[in-house]
Amino acid sequence: MSETAAIEARGVSKLFGSGTETVRALDDVSVAIQENEFFTLLGPSGCGKTTLLRLIAGFEQPSGGEILLAGELIGHLPPFKRPVNTVFQSYALFPHMSVAENVGFGLEMLGRPKDEIRATAAEMLSLVKMGDLGNRQISQLSGGQQQRVALARALANHPKVLLLDEPLSALDLKLRKEMQIELKRLQLETGITFIFVTHDQEEALTMSDRIAVMSQGQILQVGTPTEIYEHPTRRFVADFIGETNFLDAEIVALNGGTAQLRIGPGIDVQASAPDDMATGSRVTAAVRPERVSLQPAGDGPGLTGQIENVVYFGTDTTFHLTLEGGGPFVVRVQNREGARRSFDKGDRVAVRLPADALQVLRD
Amino acid sequence: MLGLLRDNPAMQRGALIGPAILVITVFMLCPLGVMALVSVLERGVNGGVQWGVYSSEAYVNFLFERDLDDSLLVNYDYLQIFARSFGQSISTTLLALLIGFPTALWMSLQSERMRFLMIFLVTIPFWTNLLVRNYAWILLLRANGLIDSLFQWLGLTTEPMGLLYNDFSIAVGLTYSFLPFMVLPIYASLEKLDWRLVEAAYDLGANRLRALSRVIVPLSLPGIVAGSVLVFIPCLGAYVTPVLLGGGKALMIGNLIQLQFGASRNWPFGAALAFALLAIVLLTMMVYLLRYRQKPEHP
Repeated sequence: MSETAAIEARGVSKLFGSGTETVRALDDVSVAIQENEFFTLLGPSGCGKTTLLRLIAGFEQPSGGEILLAGELIGHLPPFKRPVNTVFQSYALFPHMSVAENVGFGLEMLGRPKDEIRATAAEMLSLVKMGDLGNRQISQLSGGQQQRVALARALANHPKVLLLDEPLSALDLKLRKEMQIELKRLQLETGITFIFVTHDQEEALTMSDRIAVMSQGQILQVGTPTEIYEHPTRRFVADFIGETNFLDAEIVALNGGTAQLRIGPGIDVQASAPDDMATGSRVTAAVRPERVSLQPAGDGPGLTGQIENVVYFGTDTTFHLTLEGGGPFVVRVQNREGARRSFDKGDRVAVRLPADALQVLRD
Repeated sequence: MLGLLRDNPAMQRGALIGPAILVITVFMLCPLGVMALVSVLERGVNGGVQWGVYSSEAYVNFLFERDLDDSLLVNYDYLQIFARSFGQSISTTLLALLIGFPTALWMSLQSERMRFLMIFLVTIPFWTNLLVRNYAWILLLRANGLIDSLFQWLGLTTEPMGLLYNDFSIAVGLTYSFLPFMVLPIYASLEKLDWRLVEAAYDLGANRLRALSRVIVPLSLPGIVAGSVLVFIPCLGAYVTPVLLGGGKALMIGNLIQLQFGASRNWPFGAALAFALLAIVLLTMMVYLLRYRQKPEHP
């Protein structure tokens, strides 16, 4: 890749505490985030995603490795010298200043003339649809409005990179959906690189250009939302994002990115596989509940099981099976024909696995 | 009786606040009333007052003196003493703020255990009598005292520096005495400060100094104002420190009032001076309240 990354982490580690109580918040993390990208760090709480964000902002110093901004090392720069702004989870708006003063703060620190500050603040406020509220006090704003002011404030001095630390977690569902669309629009309009931290997989899938899934201080997989959802390479990724069925399998043949899997006596299926797998090895394969379908159990070889439970969701119906081999298996079927259902609790059924529905996992 | 208390919230409140009201009435309002009365009576020839003989002479004396032909001339002497006391109080307040704010800021950044210890250390001087602490300062500051000896031993000076019995020694003594009243309120507001706001300021390009002046100081302003008032007002009426560390050379309001009740035997004038001081203090408090009541509390 010849293009310089907006932010690049090279082997970054971060340790907290000392002696026996040392916590490894980040463990040799390397990632390159491109210019103009909406990049999401996704993971459960405590996975190190916020720590990585704070290292980029400069609030913490890495214990090892280096961070580059547009190809330049920024490790020695204090937060106020980095062209990086943060939207805090708590918003951290200054309660003693008006909305417009909050938004203008970054420009005021740059020593810009008053007229320019006022004009830019007004422009930023209209960008986040808060145009007529510049004179309000922060305490007079609702949570959603504070969120917008925090965004306007962080965008006002045109940072190269905007860091967003779970900014939507305090909002209610409807507002959150609205702000997801809003954030994406702002990112496209401003052309600023957004690094977004969340534990909400849906938020990550709907907004991001690329997602990095993190767990226990490591980045497990980086990819587009489709890649992450359709082709997870790690069990944690498959499990964390969406619902997944896991099947034990043996690789009987490999052909590029496709593997021939044996998931039971005489049951062979095609699956996508990472490229460093070996023929004959025992692996786990993941398959999404909505990618498979049910049919009445026949005589030939196939994945069969008994329906234990049927859950109706309105748009879909979920069938919980116990497979012949033992394990649980979930199948989700869209209710195209209303509430009429073809199978009931106790039925013996066969699971039809389309050729590209299975994904071989690395662990 | 108890049943009546149990069912009547107004009575409960009365019973709870009653003792405090009683104490304030007996020990504050009554003496104040007596002093108000004294200030408008004719002075007694040998001290005390002539009961029943009213006179505004004491208040007139504050601003004017009688010429030989009984006409009134403006007398600036007492105003000067008030001005000096004000100057001394202002410089003490500023000095206490200059020392107190960084101290409070540093304290608020310590671990919880350390902060507890620091509060404890700040309040230790209260354990000893003010008089004793002032004498301790005399030992430190006097000619060939500890500080002089140290400087001479270090070879920085050869003569005593004359640290004691001047405005400087008064300022040192007052600042030392009232510093905890500055530190504690500021610490209280800094302890509640949301440090994420300071992080936000750093993030938006504010260096340490700007973060201090634009975020930390404005948000701890209630503590700074409270501390300043708590230092300024008792400084105005300070008596012990100006006498002991100032050597009684420059009169302060407190000493002047004491003189009237003592050597000068002019009780009405002493009482009038006390009321003039009270009026000034109340005025200061009112300005403070008006300035900070109207602003809504930050959530």
